[in-house]
Amino acid sequence: MAFLDRTARAFLLTELVQGLALTFRYMFKPAVTTNYPYEKIPMSPRFRGEHALRRYANGEERCISCKLCEAICPAQAITIEGEVRPDGSRRARRYDLDMTKCIYCGLCQEACPVDAIVEGPNFEFATETRAELMYNKQKLLANGDRWEAELAMRIAADAPYR
Amino acid sequence: MLSGLMPPELWRLIVIVLQIVAIVLPLLVAVAYLTYAERKVIGAIQLRKGPNVVGPFGLLQPLADGAKLFLKETIFPSGANKAVFVIAPMLTFILALIAWAVIPFDQGWVVADINVGVLYLFAISSLGVYGIIMSGWASNSKYAFLGGMRSAAQMVSYEVSMGLVIISVLITVGSLNLSDIVLKQKETVWFILPHFPMFIIFVVSILAETNRAPFDLAESESELVAGYNVEYSAMTFALFFLGEYANMILMSAMTTVLFLGGWLPPMDIAPFNWIPGIIWFALKICAVLFIFLWVRATFPRYRYDQLMRLGWKIFLPFSLFWVVLTSGVLVAFGWLPGQG
Repeated sequence: MAFLDRTARAFLLTELVQGLALTFRYMFKPAVTTNYPYEKIPMSPRFRGEHALRRYANGEERCISCKLCEAICPAQAITIEGEVRPDGSRRARRYDLDMTKCIYCGLCQEACPVDAIVEGPNFEFATETRAELMYNKQKLLANGDRWEAELAMRIAADAPYR
Repeated sequence: MLSGLMPPELWRLIVIVLQIVAIVLPLLVAVAYLTYAERKVIGAIQLRKGPNVVGPFGLLQPLADGAKLFLKETIFPSGANKAVFVIAPMLTFILALIAWAVIPFDQGWVVADINVGVLYLFAISSLGVYGIIMSGWASNSKYAFLGGMRSAAQMVSYEVSMGLVIISVLITVGSLNLSDIVLKQKETVWFILPHFPMFIIFVVSILAETNRAPFDLAESESELVAGYNVEYSAMTFALFFLGEYANMILMSAMTTVLFLGGWLPPMDIAPFNWIPGIIWFALKICAVLFIFLWVRATFPRYRYDQLMRLGWKIFLPFSLFWVVLTSGVLVAFGWLPGQG
């Protein structure tokens, strides 16, 4: 009986017809495509994109060259050299970030005691050369100035969960 | 008037060349837009959009693809046999075109109304193996060679059952002329009704014959990179591509003529028979082509031994049985053509 059942199913192509019916139904479902450069999907405030160094409202750099980010970075992408300014405050002289090494784990922004280094919402920073991905302090601060409004908003949105 | 000014042979030649152009040009456009339709249909089934950037709804995408292929460099592998390497894609393409000579687009709309049309079609589609096996051999590459071998074995195997399927139709009609086959369906019914199992076998066989999914073992990407056309680039590749798609359209036309009543409207009543036959013919071809795309989006690829088993151990005995059954029924009821 099982043999008859199997043979009948094979000859009547029941499984094939079921498969075809399924794909035919799917043909009339709306496409899930996002028209990427023109449309974008919503993004979490915790999204970890391109890095930025932030400033205080008075324009002073937040980074105090504590090197916690350099220490915790699992990819060893961060290199910092500190200095003591004439007024006695400690600041970074060099803050180099190798974006080709970075794995975007977000540990640097977790480690930072002053919310200086953060990963922003920008993920569209492809470059034509490798050298352009070796970020220095100037570039990171420029990123911070460019994205500050959004960065502050993201930190505020995430604050209740910390 | 114009024909009086020229020798009659020259006039005949001009007419034939014009007829050929009138078939080949729309065919090439159809091939281009079949690739577009394929990407759109499979995209829709996979919940994607398909090409939609070049031109409105992506309608210029096939032209962009064609221009790209035309402008790229043709690369000849250093180990290749150049002459055969170049002839193979040409052969594939030419064979896909010349078969159209016997296809009736409407009552009397056929370039060569020969009385062995089906045999001619069958011979041409068998020759199609040569283009593929030549390319596989001439490329001097293991992937191309394996693809060519697979394709040859597969096409030969499925031609056997295709031949038997066609025989069932032929003994019902009593003629090898494709127009006669359609006219017989006008007198009786479309052969998809009495020969429904054969229709299914034929559709599956033409999938195998044109090396389309789920029988695209000749170019199975996951094992053979691209199969027989792995070493081809630019226009030589484009000719293979055109040949494959022209063959798909040709096989759909053959299915239409043999089983779906060619240019006949579904019912010979008022709203249907106002529409010219060539429109019905084109619509039916599109329907069969849709099956090609639909099946490609639905089924995974067959394993090679399964493919051979299906061809030789299922289709061959079953279609042979159907030939015997058809002849038996025709003789028993006195419906044999030429007897009445």
